[in-house]
Amino acid sequence: MSRDDEAQEIALDVNGTKRCAVAEPRTTLADFLRDHLGLTGTHLGCEHGVCGACTVLLDSHSVRSCLLFAVQTEGATVTTIEGLSEVNAELHPIQQAFSAQHGLQCGFCTPGFIVSVAELLAEDPDPSESTIQSWLSGNLCRCTGYQNIVKAVRTAAELTHPKAGPGRG
Amino acid sequence: MKPPRFRYFAADSTAHAVELLGEYGDEAKLLAGGQSVVPLLNFRLVAPAVLIDINRITELDHVRVDGITTRVGALVRQRTIERDQELRRRGPMLTETVGLIGHVAIRNRGTVGGALAHADPAGEWPALGLLLGACFRIVGPRGRRTVPVDEFFRGFLTTAIEPDELLEEVELRLPSPGAGHAFVEVARRHGDFALVGVGAVVELDSRCRIAHIAIALIGVASTAVRAGDAERVLRGELPSTELVKSAAEAAAAGLDPVDDIHASGTYRRRIAGVLTRRALYTALARAGWERRDVA
Ligand SMILES: Cc1cc2nc3c(=O)[nH]c(=O)nc-3n(C[C@H](O)[C@H](O)[C@H](O)COP(=O)(O)OP(=O)(O)OC[C@H]3O[C@@H](n4cnc5c(N)ncnc54)[C@H](O)[C@@H]3O)c2cc1C
Ligand code: FES
Ligand code: FES
Repeated sequence: MSRDDEAQEIALDVNGTKRCAVAEPRTTLADFLRDHLGLTGTHLGCEHGVCGACTVLLDSHSVRSCLLFAVQTEGATVTTIEGLSEVNAELHPIQQAFSAQHGLQCGFCTPGFIVSVAELLAEDPDPSESTIQSWLSGNLCRCTGYQNIVKAVRTAAELTHPKAGPGRG
Repeated sequence: MKPPRFRYFAADSTAHAVELLGEYGDEAKLLAGGQSVVPLLNFRLVAPAVLIDINRITELDHVRVDGITTRVGALVRQRTIERDQELRRRGPMLTETVGLIGHVAIRNRGTVGGALAHADPAGEWPALGLLLGACFRIVGPRGRRTVPVDEFFRGFLTTAIEPDELLEEVELRLPSPGAGHAFVEVARRHGDFALVGVGAVVELDSRCRIAHIAIALIGVASTAVRAGDAERVLRGELPSTELVKSAAEAAAAGLDPVDDIHASGTYRRRIAGVLTRRALYTALARAGWERRDVA
């Protein structure tokens, strides 16, 4: 067996595909996804849990991938922004809504926002504006402004669940 | 920043974790939700030689409501508490207060045991511990012991848990059905650590006198603190706006918060008084007090 502070093999399900790579225990899930698996859609801003840019789904729940070590995810299921829509296929409704409502500008924060919104809409298909605001309190955007992001979430709700009426406040 | 090197062990049972703690003791740190310890590692403010991951210990992940006592396993996530229907029905004190902690992604990982063991002076859980007469079940190489809340918080980020011990479970006495509670805080942004927070639990007797009162403050000292002077002002009395005002003054007068980059000590003491007043009004109203006069 390898020494327990040395690189070891880690196998997990990422975006529906079984992936395997070798990493040290101190490698965060964020670095593992970006540097070992080449999935650079997960961004790193603060690396201490505050900005939300690195948000991914771990077994369907949003988590900070900068505050989790890849070794801890052995056998788990991880969904990143790349897992929401296929390359060259139609965008995911949440992505469409962010595009339609100008919910992004530079796009740095966007993967984290979209992954957080995916969890929100899975839990509450028709969220009120105040629910959206408090849900997204853990994602910081430094350039778009939050108004359009909140609007995009409402649009995404309407696209995914046609029964979610417009204009709920 | 990136964490320093460490040796990693995933414990699969409490006994296994205790064995590892016995072997590595001082050199080791437990890893629960990681929402406090991983930022510290990433900043290299801590550099333990060994990390013992307790996330796979399912026996630490339980919530048992049994009459007035509720036992919460150390590995229960904040989000689990927030969504527990039984706890919500039993009076939503835990549900509401835990909802004030960070953001959803933080609460999805952060654990009850981690928050209590970390003992952040602005954390909500230490205050809940003080308000709900917590009892801590701790295990280590020298066996099991139970520590009551008044002996648990020892100072800034320090508790009665020794470096080679593990918190297994916390036992809480939820407010009785007729009681009123509140937890109010001031933070710069939604989900930030509170600058100051105040929690209160009040029970009125049949003659509308204050039969039970507990007030705890966060963000004003090196640990969460009970507002004993304010409680003495209120206990046995008939509630009134004057009484609430005196209690709030007593709470603030007993504090000497320090200045830091987030707020001055003077400001913290001032809002401690204001928040005590607001917490008491809400808790009293929920306990059935009808306020006649206007503040
Ligand atoms: C952006 C952000 C915002 C936050 N906002 C808040 C907030 O508003 N209020 C708040 O209270 N907290 C907040 N937190 C902290 C969060 O609640 C932490 O989850 C919590 O304080 C620690 O719990 P954990 O399970 O993550 O513990 P860890 O980070 O895994 O561990 C913390 C410490 O406790 C020890 N430990 C963990 N479990 C045990 C155990 N069972 N027995 C003995 N020792 C143990 C560890 O060794 C470590 O020293 C925030 C965190 C972040 C990143
Ligand atoms: S990079 Fe993980 S929260 Fe900022
Ligand atoms: S779009 Fe630029 S930071 Fe959010």
